[in-house]
Amino acid sequence: MDLQIALLLGQDGIVNGAIYALLALALVLVFAVTRVIFIPQGEFVAFGALTLASFQAGKVPGTLWLLVGMGVAIAAIEIGIALRNGTLRRLTSALGWNLAYPAVAAAVVLLGQPGSWSLALQVVLALALVVPLGPMVYRLAYQPLQSASVLVLLIVSVAVHLTLVGLGLLFFGAEGSRTPAFSDASFDWGGVMVTGQTLWVVGASAALIVVLYLFFERSLWGKALRATAINRTGARLMGISTTQAGKLSFVLAAAIGALSGILIAPITTVYYDTGFIIGLKGFVGAIVGGMASYPIAAAGAILVGLLESFSSFWASAFKEVIVFTLIIPVLIWRSLTTRHVEEEE
Amino acid sequence: MEQPMILEVADLRVGYGKVEALHHVSLKVRAGEIVTVIGPNGAGKTTLLSAIMGLLPRRSGSVTFLGSAPGEIEVERMVAMGMTLVPEKRELFGEMSVEDNLLLGAFMRRRLGHRDDAATMAEVYGIFPRLKERREQLAGTLSGGERQMLAVGRALMAKPKLLMLDEPSLGLAPLIVREIFHVLGRLRKTGVAILLVEQNARAALQVADYGYVLETGEIALAGSSAELRDNPRVVESYLGFGGKH
Amino acid sequence: MSARSWIAGFVILLALGPVLLPEFHITLLNYIGLYALVALGLVLLTGVGGLTSFGQAAFVGIGAYTTAYLTTTDGLPDMVAWLGVSPWLTLPASVLMTMAVAALLGLLTLRLSGHYLPLGTIAWGISLYYLFGNVSFLGGHTGVSGIPALSLLGVDFKSGRNFYYLIWAVVLAALWATQNLLDSREGRAIRALKGGAVMAEAMGVDTARSKLVIFLIAAAFAAVSGWLYAHMQRFVNPTPFGLHIGIEYLFMAVIGGAGQVWGALVGAGLITILKQWLQDTLPGVFGASGNFEIIVFGLLMIFVLHRARDGLWPVIVKLLPARTVRREVGATDPLPLRTKPAPGTLLLDVKDAVKTFGGLTANNRMSLSVKAGEILALIGPNGAGKSTLFNLITGVDPPTSGEVSFLGGRIDGMAARDIARLGMSRTFQHVRLLSAMSVLENVAIGAHLRGRRGVGAAALHLERAEERRLLAESARQIERVGLAEQKFEPAGSLALGQQRTVEIARALAADPALLLLDEPAAGLRYLEKQALADLLRRLRDEGMGILLVEHDMDFVMGLADHVVVMEFGEKIAEGLPEEVQGNPDVIEAYLGGVD
Repeated sequence: MDLQIALLLGQDGIVNGAIYALLALALVLVFAVTRVIFIPQGEFVAFGALTLASFQAGKVPGTLWLLVGMGVAIAAIEIGIALRNGTLRRLTSALGWNLAYPAVAAAVVLLGQPGSWSLALQVVLALALVVPLGPMVYRLAYQPLQSASVLVLLIVSVAVHLTLVGLGLLFFGAEGSRTPAFSDASFDWGGVMVTGQTLWVVGASAALIVVLYLFFERSLWGKALRATAINRTGARLMGISTTQAGKLSFVLAAAIGALSGILIAPITTVYYDTGFIIGLKGFVGAIVGGMASYPIAAAGAILVGLLESFSSFWASAFKEVIVFTLIIPVLIWRSLTTRHVEEEE
Repeated sequence: MEQPMILEVADLRVGYGKVEALHHVSLKVRAGEIVTVIGPNGAGKTTLLSAIMGLLPRRSGSVTFLGSAPGEIEVERMVAMGMTLVPEKRELFGEMSVEDNLLLGAFMRRRLGHRDDAATMAEVYGIFPRLKERREQLAGTLSGGERQMLAVGRALMAKPKLLMLDEPSLGLAPLIVREIFHVLGRLRKTGVAILLVEQNARAALQVADYGYVLETGEIALAGSSAELRDNPRVVESYLGFGGKH
Repeated sequence: MSARSWIAGFVILLALGPVLLPEFHITLLNYIGLYALVALGLVLLTGVGGLTSFGQAAFVGIGAYTTAYLTTTDGLPDMVAWLGVSPWLTLPASVLMTMAVAALLGLLTLRLSGHYLPLGTIAWGISLYYLFGNVSFLGGHTGVSGIPALSLLGVDFKSGRNFYYLIWAVVLAALWATQNLLDSREGRAIRALKGGAVMAEAMGVDTARSKLVIFLIAAAFAAVSGWLYAHMQRFVNPTPFGLHIGIEYLFMAVIGGAGQVWGALVGAGLITILKQWLQDTLPGVFGASGNFEIIVFGLLMIFVLHRARDGLWPVIVKLLPARTVRREVGATDPLPLRTKPAPGTLLLDVKDAVKTFGGLTANNRMSLSVKAGEILALIGPNGAGKSTLFNLITGVDPPTSGEVSFLGGRIDGMAARDIARLGMSRTFQHVRLLSAMSVLENVAIGAHLRGRRGVGAAALHLERAEERRLLAESARQIERVGLAEQKFEPAGSLALGQQRTVEIARALAADPALLLLDEPAAGLRYLEKQALADLLRRLRDEGMGILLVEHDMDFVMGLADHVVVMEFGEKIAEGLPEEVQGNPDVIEAYLGGVD
């Protein structure tokens, strides 16, 4: 291996690592706020990329039907609850988000011919379809189990993952897709070719991390999410609804997932089940951070990206084995530093 | 003229699993009144406050807060209408600054469109100057007394109509207990209703207007503070060592 | 109909299966049996123990690949070559190999909080799958073929019908052994893992060991299933050992009823048949080919967890007529008693104990001592640090500095279960009972250290004599505290005061020299308090030392020989009850006003 190759692999590793870092942050966020280990995070990556690819191929993405279907299901549940409790006046916003919004989205996708739009607008439309799926999944799968143990929530996550992967196969088929690069530019930095897409991924990830930081440090809702993560009862006593906080964290996780998918779609072919492995690598990063520390999780995720890229050069058949075995030393270290009999909830 | 009713609990039953912790509890709190609930450990005092707040499901009975509908029992609704609880465990946001803790106390008011949290925070700092000195510090690093001040201050940020406190004297030095009870007395004069759960019956009956004695999940006695202070049973069980003092 | 006759009917139906059913159904039932064996391991692990693994398929794979490799590879080193002679010799090899891997993974993850284990299993489930597919001596993605058929005493198991009997004999044996294990001393320790770990440790249970035990049993069941699978198919490749199959195994256990051994059968049967049917119909419905059954499985799983979190088996049981099991404990010789220190012997000695949490000092230079045949009351206002001191004595939370000695030996820094072994037993301020278990079984956990027989004996029910003595002792303690009527009730159905009393019976079942009671009178009515005081006096007169944390002054004053008063984490007074009562500091602490 010469320096040239090392720099190339390093570049690859950092690009992937940046994506893993975003996912790791989303996973830590969702876990801290809701105690949900969000295995389906990866499906949002695939949905984001494949929805964009569908627009570019002039097709109607199946995610639209998922949006409509889940919207109808939630509306039906909310109407049922409202009838039972006699609180019909509170239905307006639920019906707006779950019936009107999907209807508008469907009208835009079916009548607006997004295939002819600019890339930027297609990206916005793809996000508009995929991001609301996050809070909808929360409402349908997790909200009724708010008080359940981490273990039950984890099993639900795995079930949601299976359902979404199956639906992904149904919507997008077994064929993979790749979208055109955001930029065709490439730069020669000291003998190493850096593509425009690489800069896009790293730049967008960095920007997103800064935006998240500002959100949590400066905004009231950001502080409310942190408060929920630190002390759920305390937050409820302030009037911060656990459900609202949960939905908000799922909006952020879905947005981060979909955006990650859109960023990597020009670099790698995305299949309906690609997201799972990508999401799990974000997970390895999150576990390195103990599911609690944002900076360590991000650093761990970048380490995963570099490890993956270098091991694909030395032992490509064992790339996945090496990446997933990384968590073993991390677990050993955590196991040696914990000395406590824990009570299951 | 009688003050308007703020809180009315009627025939409340609360249980965990198959066990019932509160049996048919009823009580009333009016505006500008301090009402105390005293009783031994394990009588169900904390359960009572949690059930009023909506943190625990009720089996039967009703909690009417400022004329709220019986179906409305979520914590968020109660907070929005002006009920706050300073819980026994304080439940502060330990990894956030004192100022952020206070700010979150006004979370619901901000959501409802009120923009007066800066002024309220200045008032709270006026009441507890110690919190102002420590405003950049993380809540988790405060001393026990400062934590209780922050918990009370955070509750005041919501400009409550009903302030409920669960054992505010817990683990605190007498000087700080005095300070906090003094604040309660001042709040009452502004029309805030206060429901105070206390183990320190003597202190509680000194500041309260009316009191209830809760024993094994039932209201055993009720009366004005003066009546209760003179009641031989209260004297024996709560105000002295087996009646020897 | 009794449970026995239901089971007998089920076994007869099973035995008639091959005679009545066509080949296709036999094959399906064979798979159900193989899956049920794996799901049974998960019932023990997840439903009972509260731990979860998505990687059981990988354990099945290790079992299958071990026998495949040993029976098909020529020129193995002499050390292992003899194993390849007969598939029966590779059975222990498969099981041991799997358990070795499981032990390694278990040691790494079981001590961490609940979700690290399942996350770890996802990671190594994927790793092992890729490993199977990329290692050349295991045949890569093509796999290993030519695995020999099984035969036993001239009967060969080449046909599915013959193999059927082998599979189901193994499944029934595993069900029986698991059921036996759960109904034993070790089984109670395992059942305490979910929601009672702190209590179990205080009663002397090594919870880390119990967790490892069920993890290893689950792995062993998976390995046996893999071994059977390899010799039934006579071919293995990586596909059936991937993560998605591991997830399906967990679904079987959860949907069937993760807390019940029969739930494993229900779940395995349901999922296997459903999968078969969905794989036949869904591609037609959607007009495309693919494993769309996962959509249905995912939705089904979410629905079951929302509506019947304990799975379908309890729902089925509810449809059958209800029976309360009142298995009276017969007469038996009592358990041996600990040699008790003579009255007046120094039992517990705390010197200058300090405990800080972050910036807060919860205990500051606390000292106290308890002698045999004495009741020491530790009193003080709420929040004074009494429970902290209690936790520091009993090993739940070690002191920051200072010394704690029990019967002359230092115990600060020792684990709670080791302190319990020395003869200290306790109750908890917030009742820690396993609410679904009967009062008798809850109390029997207290006697955990007085039994010896292990997991193997329990699984085969060879420990019945000892079990009877443990239960008889528990029943005796329950009678002693006056709850004989409630012996077979679920502990969660008792009133709070009675639950506190069960805690005392459980502590007494350990035959302690020193009894620590954390607010035993809280929530008790007047007469119940009197009865409790009488019981404690009797125990003292028998020579037991008692440390009592109380807030109720009346209760303490009539009972204690000696009183220590705490406030703000420090000792403010000590002495005889009447001395303490007159102490002005104590009066101020308890009765201080605000004016």
